[in-house]
Amino acid sequence: MNEPVVSMVQSVDSVALLPAYLAAGTAVLVLLVDLLLARPAATVATAAAGAVATVVGAAAVGAGGVRRTFCVGTDCSYVFGGRAALVAALVAVLVLGVLALSGPLLRAGATPVGEFCFLLACSMAGGVVLGAAGDLITLIVAVETLTLPLYILVGLRRGSLASAEAAVTFFVVSVIATTVTLLGAALLYATTGALHLERLGVALADGSELLDLPLTGVAVTLVVAGLAFKVAAVPFHAWAPATYDGAPLPVAAYLSTASKLGGVVALLAVVQFALPQGVTGPVLALVAVLTMTVGNLVALRQRRTVRLLAWSSVAQAGYILAPLGALALADADARSGAYAAALAYAVFFVLLELAAFAGVVALRPAGADGGRLDDLRGAARRHPWVGAALAFALVGLAGLPPALAGLFAKVTVVRALLAGDAGWLALVVAVNAVIGLAYYLRFAALLYAPTGAVPAVPAGQAVPAVPAVPAGQAAAGAASTGDAVTAAVRPARVVTLALAVATVLAVIVGFAPQLVLDLTGN
Amino acid sequence: MSLGQFLLVAVLAVPALGALAVAAIPHDRAARLVGAIAAALTLVAALALVAGRSGTWTAYGPTAPGVRPWHTVDSPWVPGLDLRFHLGVDGISWPLVVLTALLTLLCCGYSLWRVPAGGSGRALVALLLVVEVGILGTFLALDLVLFFLFFEVVLLPMYAIIVGWGGDGSDPASVAARRRAGRKFALYTLFGSVLLLVGVYVVVAAAGTADIVALTGGTGLSRGTQLAAFTLLALAFAVKSPLWPLHSWLPDAHTQAPTVGSVLLAGVLLKMGTYGLIRVAVGVTPEGARWAAPVLGVLAVAAILVGSLVCLAQTELKRLIAYSSVGHMGFVLLGVATLTATGIQAALIGNVAHGIITGLLFFLAGAIKDRTHTGALSELSGLRETAPRLAGLLAFAAVASLGLPGLAGFWGEAFAVVAAVEVGGPLWITLAVLAAFGGALTAAYLLRLLRRVTHGPPSPVVAALRSGLPGDPADLAPPRAAQAGGTGVAGAGQAGGTGAAGSRLAGAEVAAWAPLVLLALAVGLAPTLVLGVAEGPVEALMGVLR
Repeated sequence: MNEPVVSMVQSVDSVALLPAYLAAGTAVLVLLVDLLLARPAATVATAAAGAVATVVGAAAVGAGGVRRTFCVGTDCSYVFGGRAALVAALVAVLVLGVLALSGPLLRAGATPVGEFCFLLACSMAGGVVLGAAGDLITLIVAVETLTLPLYILVGLRRGSLASAEAAVTFFVVSVIATTVTLLGAALLYATTGALHLERLGVALADGSELLDLPLTGVAVTLVVAGLAFKVAAVPFHAWAPATYDGAPLPVAAYLSTASKLGGVVALLAVVQFALPQGVTGPVLALVAVLTMTVGNLVALRQRRTVRLLAWSSVAQAGYILAPLGALALADADARSGAYAAALAYAVFFVLLELAAFAGVVALRPAGADGGRLDDLRGAARRHPWVGAALAFALVGLAGLPPALAGLFAKVTVVRALLAGDAGWLALVVAVNAVIGLAYYLRFAALLYAPTGAVPAVPAGQAVPAVPAVPAGQAAAGAASTGDAVTAAVRPARVVTLALAVATVLAVIVGFAPQLVLDLTGN
Repeated sequence: MSLGQFLLVAVLAVPALGALAVAAIPHDRAARLVGAIAAALTLVAALALVAGRSGTWTAYGPTAPGVRPWHTVDSPWVPGLDLRFHLGVDGISWPLVVLTALLTLLCCGYSLWRVPAGGSGRALVALLLVVEVGILGTFLALDLVLFFLFFEVVLLPMYAIIVGWGGDGSDPASVAARRRAGRKFALYTLFGSVLLLVGVYVVVAAAGTADIVALTGGTGLSRGTQLAAFTLLALAFAVKSPLWPLHSWLPDAHTQAPTVGSVLLAGVLLKMGTYGLIRVAVGVTPEGARWAAPVLGVLAVAAILVGSLVCLAQTELKRLIAYSSVGHMGFVLLGVATLTATGIQAALIGNVAHGIITGLLFFLAGAIKDRTHTGALSELSGLRETAPRLAGLLAFAAVASLGLPGLAGFWGEAFAVVAAVEVGGPLWITLAVLAAFGGALTAAYLLRLLRRVTHGPPSPVVAALRSGLPGDPADLAPPRAAQAGGTGVAGAGQAGGTGAAGSRLAGAEVAAWAPLVLLALAVGLAPTLVLGVAEGPVEALMGVLR
């Protein structure tokens, strides 16, 4: 009776929704253009223009302060503030980058252009909404919108068994993960009666008797575990290497950047606002330690380019999660620092990861998969600039100068951990950085290795030999022909451009990391 | 901006811009020349730093900080990470800055004349300049995070130098060997620097500032923090220095690196560790240092003894010199571990002396290897007969290294022992005795080296040098042919340019070595060159440690 009168007609703040409109509109427009014009160039141009518009829209709306809409009382389902703007802009930039990387793939003709661009734009819409999600359902729907199109994109390489396998693996794992998250959300609703993140946070605040309910513990675990699937954190990581390796290279790039960023943002949102830190902190600390250690150790043994990048990005997810894991011990100040650190690391990481993938795409033949590491041997000697940019990105991922962006990323995480009294976790991160250098350095050095050092058959002789060789030697033969193809290939101009932009951005934030820290801090 | 500030920035900016210019100039020889000019300008700027010593010097008083730089540059860089661009130079860092600039200039000059096989000369020079930026930045940084940053800068360029231009020969085995050595170097040193990162932020999180000037003396740090931070920092610097038993990256890296790489590695790169130990570990966490001093002292003496004993059993020239660094750095660390003014002074002069002498030794070893294409002591003998000047210089450098009074090596080793005796107590007296015994072992292995290499009848490879007598009109072409026949390493001298073969010393070699010979004499005869400028800062440091 005494309930305040809540108007059932919600006011909708269309300005706050503008970036989402732009992203979703892009998807629709791409579909129409593809249908009506049926010219691949026009379709890609529409998608690219839409992504640019989304970046601009997100930046413009984000600059104007926090906007809330779809509110019931004080709880809002859509909160577009600085962080949401950053995530939206970043996702749109990544979509732009991935579009550039797919140039050779789309031109090769094996992939339907309209569908590719439409799905990518849909996924972008999910990413744009994700950063602004204020309740669990919006959050889960946004994450699903981000990942659902990827099931198809992964399998879009026609006639490739690996691609189809990858798509099925990804689909099955991802659907299970979503179910688990949804179950967790339902249980949380059952115990607290709330879905809005902030209200959940109040209900589950320290000292609440709800925390003693076993059901609450189960619900929190399920939500965290489901989202951990999305970031490919150990022990929910097994899908990632197979999926990345089977997917077309640009899609793998998208998976390891935008999709991973989406998982991180979702996890960040529930951990920061909704779930009790006392429960999530130790769990996430353990997950972070496992993720970085397992990722790095397995990456040491990889011989295929994309698998190495996939395992390394598993390890990188561990560094991102580490600050979240330290939260149980920290005070409020250190906590907000830790969230900012996790997000800042993610920003530095996606930039460098995109550059690394762009480098690999540039050095591989159009439409090819990542191939073996040996296929890239000596690539930097043939293409000095592209090779140098790829090596720069790898060094950055390892966290060393001259790629200061990567160095500052590691510094940010270590600083947040020590400010949160989690020195042991900082040491684990530090030791893992050393393990990581071992394979990043091997990869980077390989780019500069003299090609003559391979005890391989000269390419000219290997080509006719391939059909005749028995299965055991086929791999070796294929490797050397792959090398010959790589030597002949010229990096596509649009890919080189994407690589150049990503590298320049990485250099800029390397010298002025405060830009990123300011953006993620507020 | 005062002149001093301008010079401070120039010392870092000139080599950095030089590296960019070298990388951008397509013509190889012109690029190398530009690199050498940049290195020369850096040396000029580094030398000039002392001239404009500012008046802060007289500001002694009860509240004076433990670090009183002559000049400082301080501007914010990344406030979110407590990182400021804070540079400064004082009497502790200045000798090392000059040494770094000098050795880089000599290496760049040497590279004008001779580029080891493996890659382009301009890439090598560019990397040398980047390494120089990193080392100089480490010595100049007065902000803990900036210190860490520069500490890291050195890692990859040096790795590239070892892997790209190191070793000899391009057969798979030697390629694999130098790649292994490079990787070991990179991983070991990164292990050290990540510990440094954690240690730095342990201090920063507790103190709320990263300013070394404000932190020196351990103000505001609890005992527990100091012990934890010192452990991390000391481990980090022990890897770099290197301190036994964390030294095992050093012999491989030094042996495989090209001559210029070995010179920089041994000459100044190791000093980043000992300098960091004095300025950061001891300066910022003195209580931790006092707590760990006995352990540090024992490890230092173990390094002296182990290094010397291993040297006695070495059969390879460069490897022997590399291991001798372990012993010499042991003396430096022993000096630091005493935590007395004498000990720190000994460490500082020992640092400089080791840089000069070992730099010279590596240049000479490189020259011998270039000529004979072998470093095996069993294949070298009688150098005195065929290349008297080279043999004479080697004898000079070896004698300087073993610490003959009157040469640079003497002061550091003698006073490290004296400082240990001064501290007193059974432990330190024992350590002093053992260190002195280690000094005798040092003499033993260096004299053994001389006996093997310079004396005795000339071995076939050494005898082949005879055909290149000075004044012989045909001394350019035939010796190389003779070597090719004699050793079977055909074409190995391909990148050598003219004059690498034969007993005659090329002009570039004389130019590269002469400053080191003169400095070894000068520092030996007038140690006040180093101690004079270091006296004040060391006293200031001691003042806040007590």
